[in-house]
Amino acid sequence: MKRRDFLKISQAATLAYVINGTPVRTYARNPLLELLAKQTAANGRVLVMIQLNGGNDGLNTLIPLDQYSQLSNARSNILIPQNKVLALANTNLTGLHPAMTGVRDLYDNGYVNIIQSVGYPDPNFSHFRATDIWMSGSDENQYINTGWLGRHLDEEYPGYPVGFPNTNMPDPLAIQIGSGISNLLQGADANLGMAIASLDSFYNIINGTVDPAPNTPAGHELTFVRYIKQQTEVYTTVIQNAAGKAQNVSTKWPTTSNRLADQLKVVSRLIAGGLKTPVYVVSMGGFDTHSQQTDSADTTIGSHANLLQDISEAVEAFFDEAKIHKYDDRVAAMTFSEFGRRIKSNASGGTDHGTTAPVFVFSKYVNPGIIGANPKLPASATVSDNLPLLNDYRTIYSAVLADWFQVDTATMDKVLMKHYNVLPVFQKTNNVEETTVSGSDDILGQNYPNPFSRNTTISFSSDGGTVAIQMFDVNGRVVKNILPARQMDKGKHQLTIERGDLPPGQYFYRLTNGKNQSTKRLTVVD
Amino acid sequence: MGKVNRREFFEEFIATQTETAAPAAGEDVIYKKYVNKETPRGLSKTTGTLSKYTGAWGDRQIVHLLRRAMFGVKYEDVLALRTMTMEQAVDELLSAQTIPAPPVNNYNTATYTDPTGVQLDDTWVNAPFGDSTVNNYRLLSMTNWWIGRMIYQPERRITEKMTFFWHNHFATEYPVVAYAHMLYNHHMIFRNNALGNFKTIVTAITKDPAMLRYLNGYLNTKTAPDENYARELFELFTLGKNYKPIYTEDDIKAAAKILTGWRYSTSTWTGNFVSSLHDTSNKTFSSFFANKSITGKSGTAGAQETDELIDMIFTKQEVAKFIVRKLYRFFVYYDIDINTEFNIIIPLAQMMVNTNWQIKPVLETLLKSEHFYDALSMDCVIRTPLDYIVGTFRTFDIQLPGGWRSDKEYKIYNYLRTYMANLGCEPNNPPNVAGWPAFYQEPDYYEKWINSTTMPRRMQFMDMMLGSGFSAGTGTAIKIDPMHLAKKFYSPGDPNLLVTFFCDLLLGIGISQTMKDNLKTITLLSGQSQDYYWTNAWSAYVSNPNTTNTNTVRTRLVSLLTELTHLAEHNLC
Repeated sequence: MKRRDFLKISQAATLAYVINGTPVRTYARNPLLELLAKQTAANGRVLVMIQLNGGNDGLNTLIPLDQYSQLSNARSNILIPQNKVLALANTNLTGLHPAMTGVRDLYDNGYVNIIQSVGYPDPNFSHFRATDIWMSGSDENQYINTGWLGRHLDEEYPGYPVGFPNTNMPDPLAIQIGSGISNLLQGADANLGMAIASLDSFYNIINGTVDPAPNTPAGHELTFVRYIKQQTEVYTTVIQNAAGKAQNVSTKWPTTSNRLADQLKVVSRLIAGGLKTPVYVVSMGGFDTHSQQTDSADTTIGSHANLLQDISEAVEAFFDEAKIHKYDDRVAAMTFSEFGRRIKSNASGGTDHGTTAPVFVFSKYVNPGIIGANPKLPASATVSDNLPLLNDYRTIYSAVLADWFQVDTATMDKVLMKHYNVLPVFQKTNNVEETTVSGSDDILGQNYPNPFSRNTTISFSSDGGTVAIQMFDVNGRVVKNILPARQMDKGKHQLTIERGDLPPGQYFYRLTNGKNQSTKRLTVVD
Repeated sequence: MGKVNRREFFEEFIATQTETAAPAAGEDVIYKKYVNKETPRGLSKTTGTLSKYTGAWGDRQIVHLLRRAMFGVKYEDVLALRTMTMEQAVDELLSAQTIPAPPVNNYNTATYTDPTGVQLDDTWVNAPFGDSTVNNYRLLSMTNWWIGRMIYQPERRITEKMTFFWHNHFATEYPVVAYAHMLYNHHMIFRNNALGNFKTIVTAITKDPAMLRYLNGYLNTKTAPDENYARELFELFTLGKNYKPIYTEDDIKAAAKILTGWRYSTSTWTGNFVSSLHDTSNKTFSSFFANKSITGKSGTAGAQETDELIDMIFTKQEVAKFIVRKLYRFFVYYDIDINTEFNIIIPLAQMMVNTNWQIKPVLETLLKSEHFYDALSMDCVIRTPLDYIVGTFRTFDIQLPGGWRSDKEYKIYNYLRTYMANLGCEPNNPPNVAGWPAFYQEPDYYEKWINSTTMPRRMQFMDMMLGSGFSAGTGTAIKIDPMHLAKKFYSPGDPNLLVTFFCDLLLGIGISQTMKDNLKTITLLSGQSQDYYWTNAWSAYVSNPNTTNTNTVRTRLVSLLTELTHLAEHNLC
């Protein structure tokens, strides 16, 4: 049973649906709930995956201002001047690259959730392997040849492509802009995506033309085959119809060349035109900035700045158009890149392959803000220093599945091949729950005393790597960084938490330590 | 269902289904919208003649020759032809084929045994008829064997393609022929005479049991002559129509009388002349045949009338032009414009007459001509379903597991036969006596192969072969190993050269450098801009082919090959 088929409301969450003034708290099937669920499905939530090929330099994208001196020790040749860093609402610890004014505006308007230090244990530094890991949702040492979104779509639309398109799903399950269907969309038996090879081919499809060919016998036959091929793609007509219904109307679309904007323009027309397609994949390359990532005289401009500006302008225009076309209630976008880059820059004005990096999620329904504290940088980073892991990338996938696509926990676990905590990326999170992913309860003990009113003690163990503990409220918002990510000796540890100004109520605290993740509940009373 | 898994069960189910034929092209609105409404005019076409080609002999010409003369291109053949001159290459392709071992018993199982005592893996072609059950197994064995010969021919010869040419020209359908021995012997006329003498083939086919059954020759009796074969002998096999003056209806009646009395034997599998059924009257023909009269003969001499009839037909130049045009349309392009008629068709027809109906000199002249190697003659043939499927097996060098016996081996061919049917061309089962319309129907010709049913199926075939493959109930998945082909190339670690290598083998018409670069970046480089990422991944795979390294390169090669084989260009040769 899919959660969107009838909404289940977990008792662990106090979140209630209020319908006509009446709170609904129930497990039972209920006509009102079914109606709600159907509306959710009919609303057709859309996810746009924005792939940044090459490994984006997180430290020059989301800048840890509280560690500026460490940063300047590590990368003086590409350092963004502190006074040029864009400030974000409600924090003075973290800022954005100066080229990202569009994202800054979205953030200040509550459209952005940034997840700090995202990666996975034992990170791989190869582009190919790391890309395959992010696409498949696998562990470092696990080879999976399906993509996490392919598995999700397999669950939602079993049997594809047999029996598709049909009245329930007349449209492509996923659309990739750019040829080469992404492995993200590889299901067990078929790739669930459709590629629109390029802007030219998109306009060919909507205008019913094909690429020109020479005026020779070969060109004549080629043109014929191209027409038949294009017109017999099962989804040609629905794409033509959708594109015909909506134009790009935002005045914010960049007028200069911007490959990401070109792709998002197509996506916007298709969503606005009424395609029920739930997943779009767009991508841009160039993030493998081993050298000259900034201008040598002015570090706020240069190749990396141009890339970030492209993202920023494209995403800002896309969400502006979403509002105009009124699909902003049902679209979310997230960036991902195969890895971040090294803390210390190299002598050629670039950065080499690194580990974790921030992920940006955009939607009207994110929990605005930043999940996780700035990564802790060494006083003087060496080439062998890398950023610690704070958030496993699959805890974001789980948020997309659970809170955006509203997949039930059992299906989510199947898609992700393991249970991951749901990171509170989106509003109305109701999947925060007590779990231990691996290892025993020793990983994270119950706090004592509990309930508590002034302070309480948590015991936990470390396997020797980086440990982080965060506290959430029941809606999934981070209320405290109990233990910012740091190296902890192998063995048992204890930590006392001050209540501070936390209001009374139920909270969760979660530990991340490499492959070990665990969540427990605690209660604050006056 | 025991231990058979769902996929295998499904494949077996599919393989045993009779063909789900592609819908008639006339009902396909998309096809109707884009197909030729008339013969294409105004295209830049070659004006090249039959003069011997003396230009460059590079991969472009080599691949063109191999594509047209064989099914798909094997890289080993490209390498071999690089060491030859153009003339040596054509001479080798036109030399005699070693006749392959005949089809075998692939049908003995735990619960079924050939009633005539033929053992598994032994040939049945010399065994008695047996019964209808074993005959039905043998009919499929015959076609499946043929598909196996197309794929796994050990030599570089044009013979396989010419055998198919003759099958299409003298088309018969196996459910009508109905006797496996006849089907095999009929096939062997084409194989043994593939590059031989056209008149010899016509004579043999006229007395061939399979054809006697297919066109009712065996029912042709003096009391009630059956004109079926006589009409097709003129119209489809030798003289053609659509020109004037032409033979008359009375000529067909006279020819039918000459052909009365032919019967077949189901023990010797030969055509036999039964004089008591023969019309012994004199037969007179129209002015088209110079009012020729063939004297009626009684007794066994009546059979000589058949030879005299064929002699008379072969006095007509039209016969040579008819078969030369068909060869041209098979090997070069379907549109024969005025230049081609005068520069190619008429001289080759004259050559055929001058050499007393030899096929080989005609093909040799054509395949060595400047006309054939003109760039305007290249890439304009739409690949037949046989070319598509057999070519995929040959180009990717897909081998069956060693040690397999015929029961398993033929299951693979049987699956391919079914797929060929789904693409619109099952060997030994053309739509009618005219053969497949793609070889004769104006104005669309080859375009008939591509419609809104067959086009997606072609891509699905490649997706299947690049993905999980098929096992057809053998328990072993038969699929493309993309590294196997890449490893044959001298520099698979260079992503630019590797993309070009695959394009040359798989695409009929070249794609631009921009498109190649784009494909390289999105597939082999996973969006990265530096070539060395592929180079390093390939070296890692070569030095340590563990799961991770293997899958890293396989994923990217499959991605590239999926893109290339989905291009319209993959359907041209």
